[in-house]
Amino acid sequence: MTQALPIALMACAFAPSFICFFLAEERTRLRNSINIAGALLKLVLIAFLLEGVARGMVYETRLQFVPGLYLLLRVDALALLFVTLSAFLWLVTTVYAIAYFGGKPNLSRFFAFFNLCVTATTGIALSGSLITFFLFYELLTLSTWPLVVHKGDEKSMAAGRSYLAYTMAGSAALLFGIVWLEGMTGPVEFARPGALANIDDWTLRAIFFLCVGGLGVKAALVPFHGWLPQAMAAPAPVSALLHAVAVVKAGAFGIVRFIYDIYGIERVAELSLGLTLAVLASLTIVYGSVRALQQTDIKRRLAFSTVSQVSYIVLGASLAGPFATIGGLVHLVHQGLMKITLFFTAGALAERLGITSIDQLDGAGRRMPVTMLAFTVGALGMIGVPPVAGFVSKWYLGIGGLQAGQPWVILVLATSSLLNAAYFLPLVYRAWFRPPAGDPPREGIIEAPAALILPGAVTALASLGAGLLAAFALSPLGWSTLIVERVYLP
Amino acid sequence: MGALLTLPLLELTVGLPLAATLLAIVSGRFSSGLVLGIGPAMLALAVLLCLAVGSHGPLEVAVGGWAVPLGIALGADGLSAVFVMTGAIIMPAVALFARRAFGSDPAETTQSFTFWPLFFAMWAALNAIFVGRDLFNFYVALELLTLTAVAMVAYGGTAAALRYMIFALMGSLAYMTGVALLYASAATLDIGLLSEAIEPDRAVVLAGGLMTAGLLAKTALFPLHAWLPPAHGNAPAPASALLSALVVKASFFIIVRIWFHVMPDAQSPWLVQTLGLLGACAVIYGSLLAIRQGRLKLVIAYSTVAQIGYLFFIFPLADGSAFALPWAAGAWTGGIFHALSHAFAKAALFLAAGLIIEALGHDRIADMKGIARALPMTMAAFGLAALSIMGLPPSGGFMAKYLMLTSALAGGQIFYALVMIAGGLLAVIYLFRPLNAAFAGSHVPEIAPVPKARQTIPLALALIATIIGLASSIPYQFLQIGLPEVLEGGTE
Repeated sequence: MTQALPIALMACAFAPSFICFFLAEERTRLRNSINIAGALLKLVLIAFLLEGVARGMVYETRLQFVPGLYLLLRVDALALLFVTLSAFLWLVTTVYAIAYFGGKPNLSRFFAFFNLCVTATTGIALSGSLITFFLFYELLTLSTWPLVVHKGDEKSMAAGRSYLAYTMAGSAALLFGIVWLEGMTGPVEFARPGALANIDDWTLRAIFFLCVGGLGVKAALVPFHGWLPQAMAAPAPVSALLHAVAVVKAGAFGIVRFIYDIYGIERVAELSLGLTLAVLASLTIVYGSVRALQQTDIKRRLAFSTVSQVSYIVLGASLAGPFATIGGLVHLVHQGLMKITLFFTAGALAERLGITSIDQLDGAGRRMPVTMLAFTVGALGMIGVPPVAGFVSKWYLGIGGLQAGQPWVILVLATSSLLNAAYFLPLVYRAWFRPPAGDPPREGIIEAPAALILPGAVTALASLGAGLLAAFALSPLGWSTLIVERVYLP
Repeated sequence: MGALLTLPLLELTVGLPLAATLLAIVSGRFSSGLVLGIGPAMLALAVLLCLAVGSHGPLEVAVGGWAVPLGIALGADGLSAVFVMTGAIIMPAVALFARRAFGSDPAETTQSFTFWPLFFAMWAALNAIFVGRDLFNFYVALELLTLTAVAMVAYGGTAAALRYMIFALMGSLAYMTGVALLYASAATLDIGLLSEAIEPDRAVVLAGGLMTAGLLAKTALFPLHAWLPPAHGNAPAPASALLSALVVKASFFIIVRIWFHVMPDAQSPWLVQTLGLLGACAVIYGSLLAIRQGRLKLVIAYSTVAQIGYLFFIFPLADGSAFALPWAAGAWTGGIFHALSHAFAKAALFLAAGLIIEALGHDRIADMKGIARALPMTMAAFGLAALSIMGLPPSGGFMAKYLMLTSALAGGQIFYALVMIAGGLLAVIYLFRPLNAAFAGSHVPEIAPVPKARQTIPLALALIATIIGLASSIPYQFLQIGLPEVLEGGTE
């Protein structure tokens, strides 16, 4: 029975995807019900699994490819952290997407690939071996492409080309690294990494850079981030999912797995790979923020903000020490909640008020107060203002930096926070304190439909909750602490 | 299960399509219906053959009870069984697809009368090669195969057919000379007897080289590939599918038989590296040319030139991984996996391209905007098959690439690993060009209607190419039955 659980978890998103491929375009109601039912069912399953894993259970399913090589799905604490986030955000994004697209064409195709993308993300989270991870990692690449080019205009097609060029090159590097490693150790399972001791240091370093570099393309590590701002050409629900869970997080999650479950954080530190990666992540954090500051388009500013924020996760993972790790892991969730809030609200603004660039924001708070309130919560969280979740991440990362003997990390965090404030606060200021533009200024609240507005509000509340209730065991922080305790105190 | 061995399975896999050829000639306008009976029968035969080989190991029969060296033998090991099975799935699928183009309805043409005898003769020739145990039989089957293939290419244009025929005839000549040399020194052409009798002296190596050179021309390995793109690119879609999926694989199959079963000891570093290097050139050169093509079918045809290159990596790689890699299947299995998944994927690609041509009346990629909205199922098939060609998971093409990459890196042959990675990236470029066009724009283009039922055929083939990757343990285990002795150290 427990063997079937990982499969059931995958099926929650895969079955709706499969059905959508064959569903006629006009079966809107059926399509929506199936999608939402899948998402709800997944959350129920996850609740059950959370309880089991908290007690120390591990759920596994294996399928043999060729002798010795397995498709291995494994539910452990780290996997659940990511799965829970993606399942929750899948539900809200589905609701949002249904409202966002309304009666536009090609929606069966859209939801088929959208759900396939979620399936792939779940697969990445549950992967128990390198080959399984790579399989779902590629599935994610491919299922995201039709979403990026969904609109079909020249800009989306160019974004799709750029996306493929970056991610395919990254995948090639990753595959090369994986096969190189497995050629020496045999197939690698995360729980039982092969005998790395016999491999010389430089080979290990080379493999690490190939794999982490390949993963870094999706995690938008500088200089591999070029595709992400371009991919903004995609519809808002796609951007939301791309930036919060699916693609960039898959890269970051892969880096975490690679450091902790293959090399081991001690080995990574010994080879001075941790420090190198931490420096690279810090550069990305600062560079992304500076670039964000230069943008005038809201979605592009958010995109560069993602470049910066995702590297917090990488930074936390690459520093040796429990606090840094907790900070990185918890930011995986926190950034997802906050960033999806920002994208939901930016999409709603563009859809309802036609606002795409920053100078159009004047007075938006009066016309869409709920939306702008949610946006403000997300923005404050990104800056790191307590009690929003982002503060918790930064706090733990800072302490982690000190604990790892790298006090400069505090400086990076401070610089980044200042820059975050510099590029988010003007938006908040314009929306609330400047009079609406236009002559005569347009007035009246236009917060509708609910399905377009509420998802942003819900995720904003969730980011507040994750910060306020951080002390609880089932909060993102509590769960990350549990993961880290299991890593450091086996 | 013992009852299986009493059935004349091997004789029938060759005899039944041969009989169907004759029937197709006499039944004229009704011949397009023959496949409805022959197809399932052949599929059943292939299943029985797989069961027999799976439960009893390699089979061998002397036709008519005349034992070798007097009579001729047919045999089947795991390799034969999977190829016969592949043929038994692809041939009927293509036939069902072709019934519209070459059926008696709506118009009777020369093509509709000649296609079916050629089709069944091709099937007989393929199976004769897959279960052949004798180098001379290979020659006969190969000639029959070439004849049918050239005729099918001629549907698309006589210039391409002529070019193909010149290459093929030169190939036959070289092969036959090699066979004669071998007969002169060993006095037998039976594979089993040869492998015991043969000493790798200069005459034998020369014979092997001549046979291989001839077969390379028929397999279209770089630099002998020039005939393939016009031939496969201009033939009618069902014919292209058969040619790219199966016909070029048959001559490759013989090369594998020669070097791994007949004269494994004659493999020299010089030979294996030459074949590997030619393969590498084919991968890079074919892919680069595929990128530059403006017509979809030519892209697919050049892709075949490139994909054939990978097959020849098994020579350098199987050599390097002959030491124990207990968990990896080794390069040999990877290479065969590649041949199988390429067969399904390439057949799917050509059939999908055929449907696009029927819908639009042309196959210019630039004018294909939005075809994914008009033919979603066809483009799904195209995309799925493309994944296998690009070597992306979870397809059979990925599993093949993974196995070959692993043995390349484990054996220290990084060059081939780099070529495989580069080839995969190039394939992404040339296959995403049509996909890009298919998704572009927002209107639904006007097309001639294409029945859904026919669209399912390429989709089914593409799905099989994917399943080979997901359920790879089944073909893998089959391929270990009667594995060449030289390779046995390389697996468990």
